[in-house]
Amino acid sequence: MSLKSWGRYPIVNNIVYPFESEEQLVPVIDSQGEIIPYGNGRSYGDSALSESIIHMKMHDYFINFDEKKGILHVQSGVLLAEILNSFVPRGWFLKVTPGTKLITVGGAIASDVHGKNHHIEGCFSECVEEFEIMLTDGQIVTCSKKLIPELFKATCGGMGLTGIILNAKLILKKINSQYINQTTIKTQNLKETFAAFEEYRGSPYSVAWIDCLAKGDSLGRCLLMTGDFRDDGQLDYTPAEKFSIPFDFPGFALNNWSVRAFNRLYYGKVKQRISRQKVDIDTFFYPLDAIGHWNRIYGRKGFTQYQFIIPKEMSYEGLQAVLKTIAASGKGSFLAILKLYGPANENYLSFPMEGYSLALDFKIESGLFELLDKLDEIVLQYKGRIYLSKDVRVSKAVFEQGYPQIETFRKFRKEHKMDIKFQSLQSKRVEI
Amino acid sequence: MSYVLIIGARSDIAKATAREYAKHGYDLYLAARNADELKEFANDIIVRSQRKVKTVELDILNYKSHSLFYEQLEEKPLGVICAVGYLGDQEKSQTDFNEAQLIINSNYTGVVSLFNIIADDFEKRKSGFMVAISSVAGDRGRKSNYTYGSAKAALTAYLSGLRNRLYSSQVHVMTVNPGFVATSMTKDMELPEKLTAQPEEVAIDIYRAQQKNKNILYTKWIWYWIMLIIRNIPEWKFKGMSI
Repeated sequence: MSLKSWGRYPIVNNIVYPFESEEQLVPVIDSQGEIIPYGNGRSYGDSALSESIIHMKMHDYFINFDEKKGILHVQSGVLLAEILNSFVPRGWFLKVTPGTKLITVGGAIASDVHGKNHHIEGCFSECVEEFEIMLTDGQIVTCSKKLIPELFKATCGGMGLTGIILNAKLILKKINSQYINQTTIKTQNLKETFAAFEEYRGSPYSVAWIDCLAKGDSLGRCLLMTGDFRDDGQLDYTPAEKFSIPFDFPGFALNNWSVRAFNRLYYGKVKQRISRQKVDIDTFFYPLDAIGHWNRIYGRKGFTQYQFIIPKEMSYEGLQAVLKTIAASGKGSFLAILKLYGPANENYLSFPMEGYSLALDFKIESGLFELLDKLDEIVLQYKGRIYLSKDVRVSKAVFEQGYPQIETFRKFRKEHKMDIKFQSLQSKRVEI
Repeated sequence: MSYVLIIGARSDIAKATAREYAKHGYDLYLAARNADELKEFANDIIVRSQRKVKTVELDILNYKSHSLFYEQLEEKPLGVICAVGYLGDQEKSQTDFNEAQLIINSNYTGVVSLFNIIADDFEKRKSGFMVAISSVAGDRGRKSNYTYGSAKAALTAYLSGLRNRLYSSQVHVMTVNPGFVATSMTKDMELPEKLTAQPEEVAIDIYRAQQKNKNILYTKWIWYWIMLIIRNIPEWKFKGMSI
């Protein structure tokens, strides 16, 4: 059975080697020309696709929990969701979590994922005390920020291209409730949106849904959601029952009109400028996880996500230009997520930097890649960059302009012969 | 009484089921051959759910050891789940009787030996549940795996009789018939995605069905309908088919 990515594009044949043991992994790596680790298949594009794949999900034991320090040691195939199931009822939460809990710990490190609290806590690597990784020659090394800093900086955000992450020690965060006090701020245009982000900077969690089909005076209108954990001792967490999309929607189901209608309804549902809600962890952090196989909404041909970030001082003009181009193209996305990030870290390929990031979902259709090429130009013009974990099509030239440490990464891979072993379709395209 | 006894605990379905029961607050005995190899897995459950987990050595083919095995469990389990299974090599089993015997004994004889002992205890104390994983392959013999299928058919009939016997003692017996499941037993087969369950899904189904005292569980549910059709194909037609 061939493995696919979350965007279900491209579909490629691959040979899958399920992880069985560390001993068995060595001959698998040796016998293959090029290979890439694959977690739970939630990266959107071709980050974890290759002719040969090591499937890491079965490598999913919890190893130890140090209650005093709040450090959890797990194998790399463990899903974030499993950590929550066990630890939220005991008063612990992930220090950094992305918008889905259905990813593996190994994948979270390889993408150096971030979440609604990036402006406060930074990327996932901030909560990684250390990890063990198998290198090209089968050697297993323990790596931390202090122990082997270059390997740490190359692996966190390194898209699985430095070796096979085997296990990791994660620093958890103490909570005293599974509920969040959420504040929703409704804005009328991009200027108000930016002002709202600044005003709520001190809020630990924040993210905005933006209506990317709104034009003219309404360009950039959004619902900004901010929040923080309550302190009411309610920790009786049971994950919500999942509703699942049973089949592929026909390709025409998502079109300019249906997306526009959805956006109007979603935006219009909120009446007041500022409203407050009490919501649970799953509603606040993982709204889409409640819908199984939601990628089927985009039809058989699949979809992709375009996520970029632009430095803060250029964000306003940059976003205006991007939103105008999208609204004019009519290729709307009903999931358009805007967020203000904190400063960049030192990892060679981590995506975040201080500025505004926008993420847009598009179904694969003719004319899409031309539009995205146009957006690439705008992003580069405003000194921005593209997020590899979502990408399936960016060119080498566009990609490398956004990442000043790209040559350090390339050199590091070459020096340690990682480039002859660990390759994905994506790494070959952007030549990293 | 808080323990559930899992037999054949090294199988993927058993492991997923063990985690599911621990999640719902049960302590566990994990029984298998080379039980030491289950130590890391036992530790996994302890870290995840803070339950008590003990590994116990058990060879399902060493019938004589079964009494002692059960006697030595300090606290008797409130229920038992048997996930022992050996698919074997059909073609080999047609010419090599050792293989045929191994398939039959692993899937049937061994379970009967152990379940007889446990059933006596549960019957006397008038409580408990007994779950065994049979297979849709036991619903009708096919040329591709009928040695395995016939052993599972025998197991299914045994469980049906046991259910009948223990009904008056308030001991519940459940037969589980999984269709395709993505496990190490099936990893070299090309399985149709939509009909194939993950071990975790099977585990959730088993837990829920057992809690509701269901008698026969097909998982995924669609296999109930698939097997209904397959069972009803007339023999004169079926014998010429390749499915």
